[in-house]
Amino acid sequence: MPVQIEGSQAVARAVAACRPGVICAYPISPQTHIVEGLSALVKSGELPGCEFVNVESEFAAMSTAIGASAVGARAYTATASQGLLFMVEAVYNASGLGLPIVMTVANRAIGAPINIWNDHSDTMSQRDSGWLQLYAETNQEAADLHVQAFRIAEQISLPVMVCMDGFILTHAMEVVEVPTPEQVARFLPPFHPRQVVDPDDPVSIGAMVGPEAFTEVRYLAHHRQMEALEVIPRVADEFREVFGRDSGGLVRPYRCDDAETVVIALGSVLGTLKDVVDERRARGERIGVLGITSFRPFPRDQVRDVLWNASRFISLEKAFSVGIGGIVSSQVRASLIGHPITNSTVVAGLGGRPITKASLHAMLDRSARDELEYLEFLDLDRALVQREIARTRVGTRSGPAAENMLRDLGAVRSTPH
Amino acid sequence: MADEQTTLPPDDPVRFYQVGSFAVGNRLQPLDLRTVQAAQDRPNALTCGHRACQGCGEALGARYALDAAVRATDGRLVSVNATGCLEVFSTPFPETSWRIAWLHSLFGNAPAVATGMAAGLRALGKSDVRVVAQGGDGGTVDIGFGCLSGMFERNDDVLYICYDNEAYMNTGVQRSGATPPAARTQTTQAVGPEPGNVFGQGKDVPRIAMAHEIPYVATATVADLHDLEGKVNTAMGIRGARYLHILVPCPLGWGSASKDTIAVARAATQCGLFPVFEARDGEVVASTPIRRLTPVDDYLRMQKRFAHLFAPARRDDVIDRLQAMADRNIRRYGLLEEAAR
Repeated sequence: MPVQIEGSQAVARAVAACRPGVICAYPISPQTHIVEGLSALVKSGELPGCEFVNVESEFAAMSTAIGASAVGARAYTATASQGLLFMVEAVYNASGLGLPIVMTVANRAIGAPINIWNDHSDTMSQRDSGWLQLYAETNQEAADLHVQAFRIAEQISLPVMVCMDGFILTHAMEVVEVPTPEQVARFLPPFHPRQVVDPDDPVSIGAMVGPEAFTEVRYLAHHRQMEALEVIPRVADEFREVFGRDSGGLVRPYRCDDAETVVIALGSVLGTLKDVVDERRARGERIGVLGITSFRPFPRDQVRDVLWNASRFISLEKAFSVGIGGIVSSQVRASLIGHPITNSTVVAGLGGRPITKASLHAMLDRSARDELEYLEFLDLDRALVQREIARTRVGTRSGPAAENMLRDLGAVRSTPH
Repeated sequence: MADEQTTLPPDDPVRFYQVGSFAVGNRLQPLDLRTVQAAQDRPNALTCGHRACQGCGEALGARYALDAAVRATDGRLVSVNATGCLEVFSTPFPETSWRIAWLHSLFGNAPAVATGMAAGLRALGKSDVRVVAQGGDGGTVDIGFGCLSGMFERNDDVLYICYDNEAYMNTGVQRSGATPPAARTQTTQAVGPEPGNVFGQGKDVPRIAMAHEIPYVATATVADLHDLEGKVNTAMGIRGARYLHILVPCPLGWGSASKDTIAVARAATQCGLFPVFEARDGEVVASTPIRRLTPVDDYLRMQKRFAHLFAPARRDDVIDRLQAMADRNIRRYGLLEEAAR
C-alpha cells in the first residue's frame, strides 16, 4: 500500500522487513533518522530476535557488524560522510573477509570545511573498498534497493552499500510502497553464510596471507564483483516478479535510443535531469540520460551499449578527484576504449548546492554550441575564487580560505541546524 | 587417575617445594582444582607448531587462558583476536595453531567484533556459545581502547583478555601506553639525560575497567598459571563484560633470558610493580599477597630494558620512583596483608 513517508523511515521499514539479526547504530546526519526508526521498531517488539547495538563510533559500528556477520547473523548499519571515513579500515576488512553486510550511506560532503549537505564525496572515496555500491534515484528505489542488497550480498558473499542522497532523499516525504515482511519473505531466503565462526566446525578466519597468495585472493574479490554484474539484473528481475515494480539493476537509460548527447549521473539528480531532457526533447534536441545504479561493480558493457551511437557524453558528478577531475567519467571512458566520443565532466551539487533546471539548461546550451570544457564546475562563483587567489598572492599570511570567502560573500548563505 | 580426593592439612606450614617454587604439586590437588594443562585431554586451543619466540609469555598465557575457557564452556566458545604477535605467530596461512573457532579482523576493533559476535549469537538463539576476545597491550590500552570502553559500558557478554608485554613487540618493540616508566624501547631509547620512557600517569586499564563497574576484572601473570586458569574459569561463569589483564614477559622486548619468563613475571609480582587481584562490580574483592617481598631492583636487573638504570651509574632517583610505584600498589591492594586472599 503506498504511504506518504519520509525516505529514512521507508528505508528503516524496508530493512526491518529483511529481518536483520544485528543492527549497529551510531548517529550522524543525515543518516540518523534511519537508525532511529529501526531503534523504535526493535524497542517496540516489532522485530523479535533482532539485536540493536548502540555503539561508540562508526569504526565500532562496522566492526560489530563484522562480528555479527561472521557468526552467521544478518547484519546492517548506516552512516554518512565523516562516519564512513572513520570506519574505513573496517569497511575494507568487511569486504576482504567476504562478509555480506548491508550498509546505507546517506551521501554527504566530506570536510574540511565541515558541511552536512549532500554530495557523493563520501561513497566515491570508497569505490575501491571492495563493496558493491548501488545508488538510489528515488525513495521508492532506496527502500527497494535495501531488500535487493541483502539478496545480492548474501548470494555472492560480499558487502553492499546502498547510497541515497542525504537530505534530498533521506528527509524528503514521498509516496512509497514500503516492502512488507510478507513480500520480502517470498524474495529473500534465510541467510546461509559461506563461512561462519562456529564452535561445531572451528576454522580460522582472517589469517595472514603473504605474497604467495595475496594476488589470487584479491583477484577473487574482483571476480566476484564481475559475477555480481550478472546477479544484480537477475535479482532486479525477480524483484519485479514479487513486488511488481522496477527497481535496481545496473543502468537506467532514459530516452537514449537516438540520442546524440547523453548525460550520465547517479542518484536523485536523475529526476531533475529527466525533466530537463524532456523539455529539450520537446524542442527537438536528441538528448538522453543514463542513470548508473550499480557503480560497483561498474557495468562497462551496458554503459558502452547505451553510448555506442552517441557522439557526446556529459558526466554530471557530485564528487571529483582533486588534481584530475571526473571519477565517473573516467570509468565511462574506460568502457568506450577505441570508440571516439566527445566528453566533459561537470562537477555539480557539491556540499548541497542546488542543481537547478536553469543551470542545467545553460550548461547544455553551451554543450550544444560546443563550448563545454573538459572539466567544469556548475555555477562556480569565479569572482569569489579569484579574490581568494589574489589574497594568497599578496603576502604569506592570507588566513583561512573558507572563512575569507564567507566574509567576501557578506553573509553565510545557509546555517547548520 | 585416582578417584579419591587428597585432602591437605589446612594450616600446614610446609608447602610443596619439589618444583623449587611456591606451586602446589598438581597431583596433590582435588580433581576439580587440578590444572587444565595437566589433563591428558586438554583442549590445546593454541596447539604446537606456532612461530612464537622461545620463552614467549604471550603464547604460554594464551594457551592456558583459552584452554581454561574451553573447559569452562564445554567447548561452546568462539574467539576474536586483535592484530599483533599472537595473531601473527599463530596463523601464517595456510597453517593455524588454533583448534577453536577463531577470527582476526583488525588491530583496534577486537572488542567491537566480539560485541557483534555476542549480539549475533543471541539473535541466532545460540546464547550458550560464549565469546572471548584477546589482544596485546597495544591493541587494548591504545588503539582498541575506545572499542574496549564501549564494550564495557554496554556490559556486552564478552571476556576480553589483554596479554600485556608492555610495548608494541610485533612491530619491533615500540612504546605503548602500557610501557612502564624508564623502560627502553625503540621509541623511548636509552639515550640522553633521561633515558627510557617518560614518567607519566600510565594507563592502568584494570582500574579503568573497574571504573566501568563491569561484573569482573582480574589481573594475572604467567608466573601463577593455576591462578590464571582459575580466573578464566570464574570469568566464564559470569555473564556480561569481563576483563582479564595478564602480564606476559617478552624476552625479545624486555631483554630477559628466554628461560626466565616465569621468573621475571614472578619478580614483577613480588616487588609490587604488578599487583595480582580480582574485582567485582568495580570493587577489589581479593588480591594475591606477596610471599617474599623484594625490592624493585631484583625485577629491573633481570631485564636489559632497564640496564641504563644500573650502568654506567646507578640512577637512584629513577629507581626510587619505580619503588614508590610498587609501594603504592602494595598499599592500594593490601599485598602484604596475610588475610588478603
